[in-house]
Amino acid sequence: MTYTVKAAGLRKAFRGKTVLDGVDLAVPAGHIAALLGPNGAGKTTLIRILATLLRPDAGTATVAGHDLLADPVGVRRSISLTGQYAAVDDMLTGEENLRMMARLRHLPARAARGRAMELLAAFELADARRRLVKTYSGGMRRRLDLAVSLIARPELLVLDEPTTGLDPRSREQLWSAVKGLAADGVTVLLTTQYLAEAEQLADQVAVLHQGRIVAEGTAGQLKSGLGADSLDEVFLALTASAGDGAGGAADARDAVTRRTPEVTR
Amino acid sequence: MSAALAPAYPASAGRPADALSDTGVMIARGLRRSVRDPEAFSTALALPVVLMLLFVYVFGGAFNAGVGAAGGYVNYVVPGLIVLCAGFGAGTTAVAVATDMSSGIVGRFRSMPITSASVLAGHIVASLVRNLLATALVIAVGLAVGWRPVAGPLGWAGAVAMIVAFILAMSWLAACFGLVVRSPEAATGATFALMFVPYLSSAFVPAGTMAAGLRPIAANQPFTPVIETMRGLWMGHTSTGAAVGHEAWLAAIYCAAVLAVAASLASWLFRHRTAGR
Repeated sequence: MTYTVKAAGLRKAFRGKTVLDGVDLAVPAGHIAALLGPNGAGKTTLIRILATLLRPDAGTATVAGHDLLADPVGVRRSISLTGQYAAVDDMLTGEENLRMMARLRHLPARAARGRAMELLAAFELADARRRLVKTYSGGMRRRLDLAVSLIARPELLVLDEPTTGLDPRSREQLWSAVKGLAADGVTVLLTTQYLAEAEQLADQVAVLHQGRIVAEGTAGQLKSGLGADSLDEVFLALTASAGDGAGGAADARDAVTRRTPEVTR
Repeated sequence: MSAALAPAYPASAGRPADALSDTGVMIARGLRRSVRDPEAFSTALALPVVLMLLFVYVFGGAFNAGVGAAGGYVNYVVPGLIVLCAGFGAGTTAVAVATDMSSGIVGRFRSMPITSASVLAGHIVASLVRNLLATALVIAVGLAVGWRPVAGPLGWAGAVAMIVAFILAMSWLAACFGLVVRSPEAATGATFALMFVPYLSSAFVPAGTMAAGLRPIAANQPFTPVIETMRGLWMGHTSTGAAVGHEAWLAAIYCAAVLAVAASLASWLFRHRTAGR
């Protein structure tokens, strides 16, 4: 099996505080992988390391076959990152944003314009294309953000909390766009706090807690591994803080690692 | 929808020519953003006009009693107003850089295979264009209210070169400031500081007329040789009594030093800050 993301032993500390404590992750080509975890679990840090925005303190990773440390430019050419905050230019129109990004992907001017128009139509932004992005709604900004990510076909699309703050309709639109991409062979790595999102979208869910992957598998495997009815229960069991007493989290983790060795392979 | 979502264009390989094209795109972005902020843009354009009228028609009569410029105070104050407006312009640049750094878009730029220097270069060139526009306004309004420079074409070319060097140095300094503070609100403070410095130079009155304690500061701070170079080239004499050539050398050294330090520091900060959190 070809893996688009293969990471081993990634560690990162900020000012002595450990944020990632040895993360292993493998995402097969064409999969949608969801990183699930509470606030502060290290999701964004992991994403930023894989997108070459941060150097890990230790560990190795390849993205689309390019070594993170030896060939960061190769990684950047293979990925497209949509961060937690819509990374679009408020002071430009939707069309100008797309054309600018297309030019930065080194498309000739005419092709850049054509691609911008295609994407505006695909994301239902054609009517708003001449409006400044600062007048857009949250959903429109997110759709534009995703459109920008797709100007050049990435091997890996990285989405950091793509639907945070979106209304249900915009969320559905975004989900269907992501599914469409995966069907076309683009590998997707996304972070989310929403269990429903992971359950809906992801072929593979990795639960990140206190800088470690504490469980990995399909949503179904995780549920059966813990005998839980919903991913919510899995999540709560795995991420209960140590202060909640009785080592519940540790027990749950043991249960998963015991019962899902086939999952992490 | 799905067909349009499957782009046919692969991410292209990076070539040296791409660095130029990236920088061009960033410059266009900076210029667009400049005119899209109507409040800041109209202030930047109104400032030279208002200040010129204020200094010539309100303060000019009294000031010129001490300055004694032939043909009125306007023949003294033009270089000072250019520098004052450049200080305001630098504040705008600091805010623009800080705004960029606090938004997600720089992270996106960084995660793309583009020349990272192009992002700052776009800000600097846009800043240069904005400031030259303000300078042109100062000159135009000055000429309209009675400014009569005696410089020939060479003198004009020298004065413009001085302005360009000064604006570039100020823009890089402003970029450093914007990168350090990161919040647009804090960067606004830069406008205030940079607009205050010219008052303690020979911009509005000769350093020799100030209180004894201020004289050495005003005579020796970097803005003074820049102002005196322009004044000497345009009007034929400086307010310090030093030769134009002397002031020009000093100004060139100051600008080159600030440029070298601020540009390297800004580039370092940009890489460092965007690579961090």
